[in-house]
Amino acid sequence: MENKLDGNAAAGTLQAIFPFDMTRVQATCTHCGTANPLGATATYMHGMGTVVRCPTCDNALIRLAQMKGRYLLDMRGMRVLQIGAEA
Amino acid sequence: MERTTLLGRLSWQLGEVVAAQAETARTKSITLTLPTWRGHRAGQHVDVRLTAPDGYQAERSYSIASPPEEQPRVTLTVERLDDGEVSPYLTDELRVGDHLELRGPIGGHFVWEALMGGPLLLVAGGSGIVPLMAMLRHRAAAGSTVPTRLLYSARSDAEIIYRDELDRLVGSTTLLEVVHTLTRAQPPGWTGYHRRIDTDMLREVAWPPERHPRMYVCGPTPFVETAAASLVALGHEPGRVKTERFGPTGEA
Repeated sequence: MENKLDGNAAAGTLQAIFPFDMTRVQATCTHCGTANPLGATATYMHGMGTVVRCPTCDNALIRLAQMKGRYLLDMRGMRVLQIGAEA
Repeated sequence: MERTTLLGRLSWQLGEVVAAQAETARTKSITLTLPTWRGHRAGQHVDVRLTAPDGYQAERSYSIASPPEEQPRVTLTVERLDDGEVSPYLTDELRVGDHLELRGPIGGHFVWEALMGGPLLLVAGGSGIVPLMAMLRHRAAAGSTVPTRLLYSARSDAEIIYRDELDRLVGSTTLLEVVHTLTRAQPPGWTGYHRRIDTDMLREVAWPPERHPRMYVCGPTPFVETAAASLVALGHEPGRVKTERFGPTGEA
C-alpha cells in the first residue's frame, strides 16, 4: 500500500542523514525548475522506500530506500538543494 | 529564504512512559520523559520505532501534542488504526514505566511560535488536531494574544479530541474561537456545521486574505488538499498555507 503524505513524513529519515532541518531546505526541480521547501512536497511512502515528488509537476525529486544498515538516495530529480546555513 | 538550523543528525533515543490517558474511544495520549530531548516547537513530530523479538522494525510518525513549555515531558496523541503495525501497540499495550524508542523533534516547516504572530487559522481534520493542539497550548502557555480561529472537522461529537480542554481555552479568552463541523452524526439540537469542509465554510470561518493570516491545515490527505485548495481559491497566498498530511485513517 502506498501512502501519499508530505515531506514532513520523510524528514525523520532525511534528518538521520543530513544535519539540517530538512523540511525547510529548498529543492529545485530538474523538470520544471520550481523551488519548494521539502516540507511542502508530496511524499509517497511504501514498503520499498520513499519517493519525494515536486508539488508543482510531480517529478520524483528524491528516491530514498533504507536496507541492511545503509541508505540509498537517488537525487537526480533535483538540480539544487538550497540550505539556508546559520550565520 | 529562511535559515535552516544546523541541528546535527537525528538519532534514536529512549523515553519512559509516565502517563497514558484515553482521549476518545480511538485515541490515547502518551506522555514520555526524554532525558536527552533537545526541545521542540509547536507543530513538530517524532518518529516512533518498534522492534519485534525477531528484529523486524516498524516506524511511524506521530505529532507532538504538548507545548514546548512542558519539556522534557513530551505527549503524543495516537489514533488507533485497526490494521496498523504500530498504533495498536501504543494505544493498547504500552504501560506507564515502559520505554519507547523515538527520534525527533522533526520538521520546522509546519511550526508556529507565539513570536510569529498572526492572526492564526488552524484547520483540523480528525486526529489532525494533534499538532494544532500543541500550537494552542503553546499560545496559552506563552500568554499570546494572537487572534486565533480553529475549524475542527470530526465525524461525531464523541470523536472530538481534547473537547473539554478546547472548551476551557475558549472560555478563558475572547481571542480564540473554535468552530466544529460534525460530518456523520450530530447530537440532538446541534446548530453547528454538519458537512465536510468546503470553500463556503472556509469563507465564513477563515480570516480574510487582507489580514495576512498564518494558516496551518492538518488531517488526512484528501481533507488537507480540499482545505488548502479552498484557502488558495479564496485569495490566500499558497506559501502561507502550511499543510501536514497523514495516511489513510478514513474520512474526517
